Amino acid sequence: MAQTIHKYDAVVVGAGGAGMRCSLQLAKAGLRVAVLSKVFPTRSHTVAAQGGIGASLGNMDEDNWHYHFYDTVKGSDWLGDQDAIEFMCREAPKVVYELEHMGMPFDRNPDGTIYQRPFGGHSAKYGEKPVPRACAAADRTGHAMLHTLYQNNVRNKTQFFVEWMALDLIRDSEGDVVGVTALEMETGEVAIFHAKCVLLATGGAGRIFAASTNAFINTGDGLGMAARAGIPLEDMEFWQFHPTGVHNAGVLLTEGCRGEGAILRNKNGERFMERYAPKLKDLAPRDFVSRCMDQEIKEGRGCGPNGDYIALDLTHLGGETIMKRLPSVHEIGKNFANVDVIKEPIPVVPTIHYQMGGVPTNIHGQVVVPKNGNPNTIINGLYAIGEASCVSVHGANRLGTNSLLDLLVFGRAAGNHLVETALGSKAHKPLPANAADYSLSRIAVLDNSTSGEYPQDVANDLRKTMQLHAGVFRTQASMDEGVKKVVAIDERAKHLSLKDKSKIFNTARVEALEVANLMEAAKATMVSAAARKESRGAHTVDDYGDTVEHPLGRNDQEWMKHTLWYTEGNRLDYKPVNLKPLTVESIPPVKRTF
Amino acid sequence: MLSDAELSKLRWRCRRGFLENDLVLERLLKARGNEFTRDEFTQLKALLELDDNNLWDIIAGRNDDYPPDTEPMVATLRQTLSTH
Ligand SMILES: Cc1cc2nc3c(=O)[nH]c(=O)nc-3n(C[C@H](O)[C@H](O)[C@H](O)COP(=O)(O)OP(=O)(O)OC[C@H]3O[C@@H](n4cnc5c(N)ncnc54)[C@H](O)[C@@H]3O)c2cc1C
Repeated sequence: MAQTIHKYDAVVVGAGGAGMRCSLQLAKAGLRVAVLSKVFPTRSHTVAAQGGIGASLGNMDEDNWHYHFYDTVKGSDWLGDQDAIEFMCREAPKVVYELEHMGMPFDRNPDGTIYQRPFGGHSAKYGEKPVPRACAAADRTGHAMLHTLYQNNVRNKTQFFVEWMALDLIRDSEGDVVGVTALEMETGEVAIFHAKCVLLATGGAGRIFAASTNAFINTGDGLGMAARAGIPLEDMEFWQFHPTGVHNAGVLLTEGCRGEGAILRNKNGERFMERYAPKLKDLAPRDFVSRCMDQEIKEGRGCGPNGDYIALDLTHLGGETIMKRLPSVHEIGKNFANVDVIKEPIPVVPTIHYQMGGVPTNIHGQVVVPKNGNPNTIINGLYAIGEASCVSVHGANRLGTNSLLDLLVFGRAAGNHLVETALGSKAHKPLPANAADYSLSRIAVLDNSTSGEYPQDVANDLRKTMQLHAGVFRTQASMDEGVKKVVAIDERAKHLSLKDKSKIFNTARVEALEVANLMEAAKATMVSAAARKESRGAHTVDDYGDTVEHPLGRNDQEWMKHTLWYTEGNRLDYKPVNLKPLTVESIPPVKRTF
Repeated sequence: MLSDAELSKLRWRCRRGFLENDLVLERLLKARGNEFTRDEFTQLKALLELDDNNLWDIIAGRNDDYPPDTEPMVATLRQTLSTH
């Protein structure tokens, strides 16, 4: 049967903050834009973001984009590209004010300006003291942002395809991307979206780990689509552990807690972060705080009967502040830890939270790959934005609030770039013959399976393996072993079996297709991690500790470079970090202390 | 009797924007398997139409502003949350 073909100027895969910020820019310019989403747009994972959007508005204390730029470069442990970081920090106030004008209900100061709270790693005067930089809507910033963007998109006639799962990129003989295939869940049919450009905005792959703050939907589909289309994934060894995931549940307690004054304590009640980070204390960057917590636990100062967690103490903030500024933290304490945070500390552990790596792009969101000696050759017709992408502003470690900022800045920038290149007046490149065949064959393998394992069993084994071998505590031997295990699980994932083979709303089939994407993200992570023989940012390896030659295990001579992983042959390549900002002096690498 | 497609769609709609809701709904689906009456199904479906934050507020007992005919399912979800 011939596939239905939908024709658009641009197809955005993903209706989170990044996808909808971009589609809005395109729709406002009068382009025909389709947005595909596995779930209703306002149920995208961006809705989970509580803490805020980073921008140096300076509403509470002196601040400017130079300080934000410095913090982000330092936070990235010098793996972030300084051109992209400058671009993001300079654009930040603009995108926040734009959102305000679109109707985003930010918290306000008495004088009517946007209220800002402090967040880990954000400082004034180049690391001297914490600065309030996070613009928030209570602890529902992501929710407010998604609703604002959705309403504006509807007003501008963006066309949404809800409960459609994008499957594969369509590339022509010149390697240009000319569309994407997608499964309509309601009917089980595969259709072709023929487009002048496709934008991947599918979010992260946080569900490759067993203990994660991420919703179940974060299966890294855009990464799988890119990898299968021969595009490398960048810096996938860098995963952020959030210091305050609820012990045994994963549910996140926003960094806004510590922004508002909550304190991490060990079993002796000691505020141990004062020892590790005398200036920023509990508000040092996440990788650093996570590592200190891990250290406390390893050295026997963890709390609880098994000494395996840290206590987050909010009791001194008082019930009124907690209920006003952090109401969901109170709920989470009650329901996932059985604790009233007004009266007692809550058990927390570092938990997987954010994927720093992704599909490699430039500052316009264009996907770039090495070709003929140029590490950043553009792939025509393909963009990536948001957590699915690696531009790279977060480098080896993201600062809190910089992700929502990344979505807004680069979602908008990609949209602007397409509008500026006169996408509307360009012709569609023809589709190759049998453009949907590859996707159809992947589905046929599942539908024709007579034996094999169920997708969820394989996915669970994968998650356990990743947790054990690529978690917060990494050793070279364990990562090498992890590579072997993940490769073995990949073999199993090629022979999945479906209980249900019906066409209409077959969730089992969707989950099996997601497992294929999880596998690509996990292989990229494990192989890239085992190959990086140093400690940097979130990638901390016990074997590569603090020495005079390599402070904190970071080896700039050999490893200040981006990893590129290709699925074919599990091959690795590398490309240089861009240390040259757009207009200012480069921030030279130094040992990170706080 | 609910059809397989209805149940499958229900399971998919239990995929939410944040983990708290995912965890509670996963607990419910695990506990109940495919055993939902038509009434329960209709109520849960209506609740799943809500935004994640509204849904969470209702499940967590912070908000009682749910569609009136969904009260029994709200009670079930609250029970599911508190018996973890
Ligand atoms: C609990 C929590 C709190 C956070 N708080 C903050 C914060 O305060 N500040 C901050 O800066 N960052 C925060 N973050 C990080 C931030 O929320 C995310 O990085 C960001 O929202 C990701 O947005 P996105 O647009 O890239 O993707 P998402 O919002 O994850 O959206 C992905 C979209 O892609 C769609 N999709 C995926 N696969 C497919 C497919 N195959 N076909 C069709 N559609 C598909 C989904 O349906 C969805 O619409 C937080 C993260 C978590 C987990």
